[in-house]
Amino acid sequence: MRAYLFRRLLTLLPLVVLVTFAVFMMEHLLPIDPVKLMINNEQGGELAPVVDAKVSQQEYLTVKHELGLDKPLLVQYGVFLYNAAHGNLGVSFSTRRTVANMIEKNAPATAELAVAGLFIAIVIGITLGVVAALRPNSWVDAAAMGFAVFGLSIPAFWLGIMLLLFFAVDLGWVPVLSTPGLVGLILPAFTLGVRAAAVLARLTRSSMIEVLGLDYVRTARAKGLRGSVVVIRHALKNSLIPVVTVVGLQFGGLLSGAVIIESVFGRPGLGSMTVTAILGNDFPLVQGAVLVISLSYLVVNFLVDLTYPLLDPRIRMGA
Amino acid sequence: MSTAPAPVPMPQAGEIAAPPETYLHELARRLFRQPAAVIGVIFLALVIVPAIFAPIVAPYDPLAQGLGAPFTPPTLQHLFGTDQFGRDVLSRVIYGGRLSLSIGIIAVAIGLVGGLVLGFAAGFAGGWADEGVMRFVDFMLAFPGILLAIAVVIMLGPSLGNLMIAVGVGGIPGFARLIRGSVLAAKEEEFVHAAQALGASSLKVMARHILPNILAPIVVLITVSLADAILAGTGLSYLGLGAKPPTPEWGLMLSDGRDYMQVAWWVSTFPGIAITLAVVGINILGDAMRNAIDPRLRGRV
Repeated sequence: MRAYLFRRLLTLLPLVVLVTFAVFMMEHLLPIDPVKLMINNEQGGELAPVVDAKVSQQEYLTVKHELGLDKPLLVQYGVFLYNAAHGNLGVSFSTRRTVANMIEKNAPATAELAVAGLFIAIVIGITLGVVAALRPNSWVDAAAMGFAVFGLSIPAFWLGIMLLLFFAVDLGWVPVLSTPGLVGLILPAFTLGVRAAAVLARLTRSSMIEVLGLDYVRTARAKGLRGSVVVIRHALKNSLIPVVTVVGLQFGGLLSGAVIIESVFGRPGLGSMTVTAILGNDFPLVQGAVLVISLSYLVVNFLVDLTYPLLDPRIRMGA
Repeated sequence: MSTAPAPVPMPQAGEIAAPPETYLHELARRLFRQPAAVIGVIFLALVIVPAIFAPIVAPYDPLAQGLGAPFTPPTLQHLFGTDQFGRDVLSRVIYGGRLSLSIGIIAVAIGLVGGLVLGFAAGFAGGWADEGVMRFVDFMLAFPGILLAIAVVIMLGPSLGNLMIAVGVGGIPGFARLIRGSVLAAKEEEFVHAAQALGASSLKVMARHILPNILAPIVVLITVSLADAILAGTGLSYLGLGAKPPTPEWGLMLSDGRDYMQVAWWVSTFPGIAITLAVVGINILGDAMRNAIDPRLRGRV
């Protein structure tokens, strides 16, 4: 187990370095000169994509020096990492608040949405997958897999609008703009979870069908164990390993899905904050949000990797 | 390696295409024996055919305003109603298909070309090239889905062309990984060794001997990617990071529809149905292709 943990950490660290470096480089790859961007912002000018602030050469160099942009790239990267590790991600152009503060304020709503979406995805997905696998090629199977194909194909933003049309505009059960609390969470979480549910349903089904045909399942049945015990204790547990992997991958999909879903439902969160920041050229905020979202994705995938040994003794034994 | 490939008919220049062709024929036959494949094609045709023949099929100019009163509900004159400027929603959905589908197709082409270059470099050359490419793939996969596309859009600036690049770049790692794996397996086949022994250049071996034999899984991934690319492209346009008004584009139309949904359900409903039809069609077709290519998977995945 310790060796396994160590190996996973070894693959995680270079990725963290690469991802942070890429986010850091965004500033240098922008079509805008960061120095002019900053001067323009300080002068309170419009944050147009083309910045044309009138500055003297002297002033330009001073600001460039203040921003540390005259130092070698690797030094700048080091400073960026140091600051990020200390929660210093700069100041938002549009709100004049620190980026860290804005992320802190918006992150809980997104985490709540993603976790609720994942929960819905797991419940619907695994249930449908198991039900379909128990009676392959029946109408139950066809219905479950039909749902899965639609779940994979419906654009989440459209599904969200349709649900709002029905439940908010026609029935008036929920407000058109998402409200805090559980009621306001249901529709966005369902919208967000449908795609992941579809992926999990298909995967659980194929994994279950494979496991149900194995010898030890036949043995368990031959021992006279009840059907539900065989299905849950013997078959389901062993068919979950590929499913858990995909749950981890889906979490990334949920995080990026939240970007769109939050905008559809008018929910506060990292996603809607990022979109607003992009459209308003609020560059420090975008950079901070991309950094936080991609790092949390890496961490979640790392944690998912750590659950394998719990499910598969072969990994636990270090095989 | 040193044994001469005697029993194999000596390949003549330009005349080796026969075996893959019969294989593709058989695949096509297995594909369209499945009702799902036919349904998929019908769904797709419902959106693609009108898009191709848009100038003939569309009842109105998609940009013309004031064709009816703003927010006219669906009537015989305007089957899908009109939007906030009195534009014909049906015509806009038909023309929108041209753009939304092209964005998907071009994005997948970008992902495919990038994936072919990286995948062949990694799988065929091996060694440090393989190591480098695979680390790069891991790195790109470290960004969750749409975030990678968003980052590219930010760096290049929001426009239609950049949207295609952004979505396309996101598809590169998937193609690269699949192609690398297939190339690794295929390059140990005897016919590849035979071609190399006959002195064929690396480029020729890759293009004429390996590529045709790994085509099947690539085609499946192309369909899956196309579905995802259409969703990503319309999604980014919905967020305002792609097509700009007044361009008829499905994602953009949905974004208008979201604003007016309390007064006009039809503005958001019909573009969404179009996207769903296209993507469901592609996904069903992709599943059927997978079954046709790998009969062992039939009835399982």
